[in-house]
Amino acid sequence: MSQSLSLNTWSEALSGFHLGWFPLGLVIVAAVPLVFIALYALTYGVYGERKISAFMQDRLGPMEVGKWGILQTLADILKLLQKEDIVPTAADKFLFVIGPLVMFVGSFLAFAVLPFGPAFIGADLNVGLFYAVGIVALEVVGILASGWGSNNKWALYGAVRSVAQIVSYEIPASIALLCGAMMAGSLSMQQFCVLQSGPGGFLHFYLFTNPIAWLAFLIYFIASLAETNRAPFDIPEAESELVAGFFTEYTGMKFAMFFLAEYGSMFMVSAILSIVFLGGWASPLPNFGTVALNDWTSGPVWGAFWIIIKGFFFIFVQMWLRWTLPRLRVDQLMYLCWKVLTPFAFIAFVLTAVWEIYK
Amino acid sequence: MSEYFSNIKTATTTIATGLSITFRHFLNAVKRKGDAGIDDADYFKQVDGLCTLQYPREAVPTPALGRYRLYNNIDDCIGCMQCERACPVECITIETIKATADDLAACGKTSGGQQKRMWVPVFDIDVAKCMTCGICMSVCPTDCLVHSPVADFSEFDVRNMLYHYGNLSKIEAEAKRKKLDEEKAAKEKAAAEAAARGEAPAAKPAPKPKPAPAAKPEEGVAGE
Repeated sequence: MSQSLSLNTWSEALSGFHLGWFPLGLVIVAAVPLVFIALYALTYGVYGERKISAFMQDRLGPMEVGKWGILQTLADILKLLQKEDIVPTAADKFLFVIGPLVMFVGSFLAFAVLPFGPAFIGADLNVGLFYAVGIVALEVVGILASGWGSNNKWALYGAVRSVAQIVSYEIPASIALLCGAMMAGSLSMQQFCVLQSGPGGFLHFYLFTNPIAWLAFLIYFIASLAETNRAPFDIPEAESELVAGFFTEYTGMKFAMFFLAEYGSMFMVSAILSIVFLGGWASPLPNFGTVALNDWTSGPVWGAFWIIIKGFFFIFVQMWLRWTLPRLRVDQLMYLCWKVLTPFAFIAFVLTAVWEIYK
Repeated sequence: MSEYFSNIKTATTTIATGLSITFRHFLNAVKRKGDAGIDDADYFKQVDGLCTLQYPREAVPTPALGRYRLYNNIDDCIGCMQCERACPVECITIETIKATADDLAACGKTSGGQQKRMWVPVFDIDVAKCMTCGICMSVCPTDCLVHSPVADFSEFDVRNMLYHYGNLSKIEAEAKRKKLDEEKAAKEKAAAEAAARGEAPAAKPAPKPKPAPAAKPEEGVAGE
């Protein structure tokens, strides 16, 4: 492909870098998303969410540790590290320990196909989108393992609800993403971004080129809330009903692992949403004659900036929804996913197909 | 089917309304909610803005006539023990020593100009017991016992809730007691000598039994 000549230059250069027999470059490529998840979960994920929720409820949020409470998350991490790592006697030890790991790995593996700008991607798979949707679903195995392995009624109910949830949201989510795949004619994450970049900025985004795309966009956004167990679909956690749901029995770093996995997948679904419908790392600013805003704001570094900003925007919307809507009941979620989202996803699918043929 | 679509419509509009409300609050988080009180006309208009008080640094002032921690201004206290007797929960403990004649000047006067006749070595208020009823305050003849506006006085140890207001140290109190005993002994000695000389000090001990006002029993009962 002609465009892919300049693609992935950084990650390919890195992956060719060996220190003796040791593929140091590959390790760095894998470490970049990991460091990103940790940093973002620390700052925007925990501190940002606490502040945003506080402001929406007319509170101040953390204010005591450091100026405006900036160091609050660090203090929390120090506390988590010192906590005793308890494995309940009656728990299934193997499942209990493996649960948070599977969940985090499932969330982290999806970052392999996430392009941090045009020059950096972990693995430019030609089935990237399919891989991402599939691997994020691995989280449910971790939830089920930890919920069942805890040998606790709350945890088990959380796990059971999570499994009931996945069969509901995966179908509309996948069909909504298929609309995007049809528009691009590809499943490669880089290809999505390349096809949506251009001198017109946001005018090339699928959300604005296709009159039906907003429906698929909305359906995937709603389903992605269910996928990341965020309110109003946080029924596997449901702190007011199930204590903490599937991670009721967890302490210390295992507990922190669940949090990292949750924030990782929050960013992942936001990034998928922005890649498929909003151009990923493509700059939204259009060129105005000689004022070439789009050209000025494109490039490897700007690409990373845009995809992170777009991801953060959708995370903000997720938080905004969380502090606005009450939690749905299990049957209400089933109703929403099966009877509302799925038929509308099919309608969006058919209309997108028609649009793609006759446009 | 129409119900199906009307449900979707209701859900969409209510979610949009809710989101706009939370977003308005989010934007208004840059300012503080006004501090108009309940009696201000625009009390119900101050809907948006942060309402958190960062307590140790900011606090709502206690009401002007509020009753909080008891405070005794011992310089004005005449040791009459009325508060101790009035207290329903017995949170005040007072011990007094009568001032000797030559100490009256040292004992001083209250700010109202009344001569103090008692040393008050012990004036303890157990604020953990105090129920802030204010009766002690109302019976105090010199208005030295007041409820201060200090509302936050929690302690880690309950024994620290015992507040000492006495104006004499233990050694001083012992000295004053000794002095009083000596004065008493001297007086008794003088009285005994006078009695021995056959004078008539009997006029003094006579009113002690106090059976005299028996003619007016109602007053006696009221006096009790």
